[in-house]
Amino acid sequence: MLCRYAAQAAFSNRLKHTDKHHPHQPMGFFRFKRFLTLLATLLGASVVVFLVLDILPGNAAQVLMGPDASPDAVAALATQLGLDQPAAQRYWQWMSGLLVGEMGDSYTYGSPVLELVLERLALTVPLALMAMVLSTVLALAAGLYAAARHNRWGDVGTMGLAQLGIAIPNFWFAILLILLFSVKLQWFAAGGFPGWTEDSGGSPLAALKALLLPAIALAVVQAAILARITRSAVLDVLREDFVRTARAKGLSRRAALWGHVLRNAMIPVITVMGLQFANLLAGTIVVENVFYLPGLGRLIFQSIANRDLIVVRNCVMLLAAMVVVVNFVVDLLYAVIDPRVKASDL
Amino acid sequence: MNQSAATSTPPAPAPTAGWLRRALRHRSFVAGAVLVLLLLAAAALSLVWTPWSPYDMDLPAKLQPPSSQHWLGTDAFGRDVVSLLLVGARNSLLVGVIAVGIGMGLGVALGLLAAARRGWVEEAIMRLADFTFAFPAILSAIMMTAVFGAGTINSIIAIGIFNIPTFARVTRASANAVGSRDFILAARACGKGSVRITLEHVLPNIASVLIVQATVQFAIAILAEAALSYLGLGTQPPQPSWGRMLSDAQTLMFQAPLLAVWPGVAIALAVLGLNLLGDGLRDLLDPRLTRQR
Repeated sequence: MLCRYAAQAAFSNRLKHTDKHHPHQPMGFFRFKRFLTLLATLLGASVVVFLVLDILPGNAAQVLMGPDASPDAVAALATQLGLDQPAAQRYWQWMSGLLVGEMGDSYTYGSPVLELVLERLALTVPLALMAMVLSTVLALAAGLYAAARHNRWGDVGTMGLAQLGIAIPNFWFAILLILLFSVKLQWFAAGGFPGWTEDSGGSPLAALKALLLPAIALAVVQAAILARITRSAVLDVLREDFVRTARAKGLSRRAALWGHVLRNAMIPVITVMGLQFANLLAGTIVVENVFYLPGLGRLIFQSIANRDLIVVRNCVMLLAAMVVVVNFVVDLLYAVIDPRVKASDL
Repeated sequence: MNQSAATSTPPAPAPTAGWLRRALRHRSFVAGAVLVLLLLAAAALSLVWTPWSPYDMDLPAKLQPPSSQHWLGTDAFGRDVVSLLLVGARNSLLVGVIAVGIGMGLGVALGLLAAARRGWVEEAIMRLADFTFAFPAILSAIMMTAVFGAGTINSIIAIGIFNIPTFARVTRASANAVGSRDFILAARACGKGSVRITLEHVLPNIASVLIVQATVQFAIAILAEAALSYLGLGTQPPQPSWGRMLSDAQTLMFQAPLLAVWPGVAIALAVLGLNLLGDGLRDLLDPRLTRQR
């Protein structure tokens, strides 16, 4: 108990020390400012997506119908899609529609885009979450293990593997997993998704099994990056005075590691995890295609092939919004985990 | 006495010689340099020689296992895998160089401008850089492909755009750190303008950081290009590319599993080499940035 107090005292001394140098801004103000930045970023992203996928192609109806379509058919579709209206009005309609969940209808599928997206998110979100959990567990275990064996064979070996992991493209690792577990051992299907419910011919267990290899393929590469950050952060914290105090008071190395070091080392780790989320989503798009999974990534590619720009526009906006929102949440989490963080630092 | 001591002392080694000696003792640097040199050699060799033509199909010889004639076998069209890998190296290098060039050229200029002007210019550039992070390379490429169609140039532009904010951030942070040093104040006191100070003093002093960042971004560009080509958004056939080779090989995994191994090994070795080289250069060029060992 004593050692915990000693460590906390050393920690709060550090806080006082840092406070002297940076005047504190109220956290409420920081959150408000950060929220405004989030809204501005989302608005900017929507303008870019609209410009690229609505204005730049010229006549979207022509793109949808292809070069061989008759001018009358193109004109009819343009009217149906509202392309004869001014761009600003079309943008406003898209934005106001998005706010109430109205994304328009897919040209190819003939169904509402929202319905399609929600159906595909039921695969993409669990896949991304599974990969995130797996990569966090792997990275923390590897990073802590390497830091605890600093400069010994365990450290060198783990970091060597991490270096290799960073260099391997996730889609190639996915192919290797298929080669081993599907082609050679035949434990898993090489691709496809049975669905979550029995109505669709699947079950939660079968669905999880189908997502396991893709999640591992995504997680291993992410974990390699995160393991290096974890190791480095743990080594940084291990050198702090409060850890030395905790050890001097008789706390074992393991207890100090779990009790004091890990929480403090989590700050850079969580920041990088947030930044990695964008990579994870990008990876999901690719890995879904390796395993022929009917997720958001595959929907985007099918829509590109079908020239269904309405679906592409909404999916790209959704993915960009997910990246921006996750970074926003990470910034807030960052301030919650480390009370020393102030608005002026971010 | 003093004179004799001076004459008996061997001449001080040139700074480059000392740097080279340290570099040759640095394991990451040496391993990275060897792999990157191999990549460069493969790309250069493919300009003048390949064992077989990477474009000519030979259907009777399709899907052959490795042999003395075809060292790594042939693909579904009977093309020699080694030849495809060599030309693929050239393609990866080309995409990497141009994409990093775009990112570096624009990103460094924006970063320097932000650091030199400060105030609202800096704020605007940095918020723009933050904003660009909302679009990972693959999303930009998807948007460009949806509008302009798939191709090497579009993938290069998409990866290049993705590189700009990274270089802008690194440049601005390093330039701000250098900007507060005494020699910059001295230059300002001598009456030099901000453009001259930036070009003559700031840029040379942050060059090492930029070189290291360039190797990292190069590795990322190779990975991104491979992913885009795998998805069919990047390099188009018949031009060989490592990503495309993997995509073709995936449909033949039961008949010729090795076809799905070689291009991946090539990508991994190239990226590993660039990452190791980057780590080594970081340690050698700027010891203050040396990572924890």
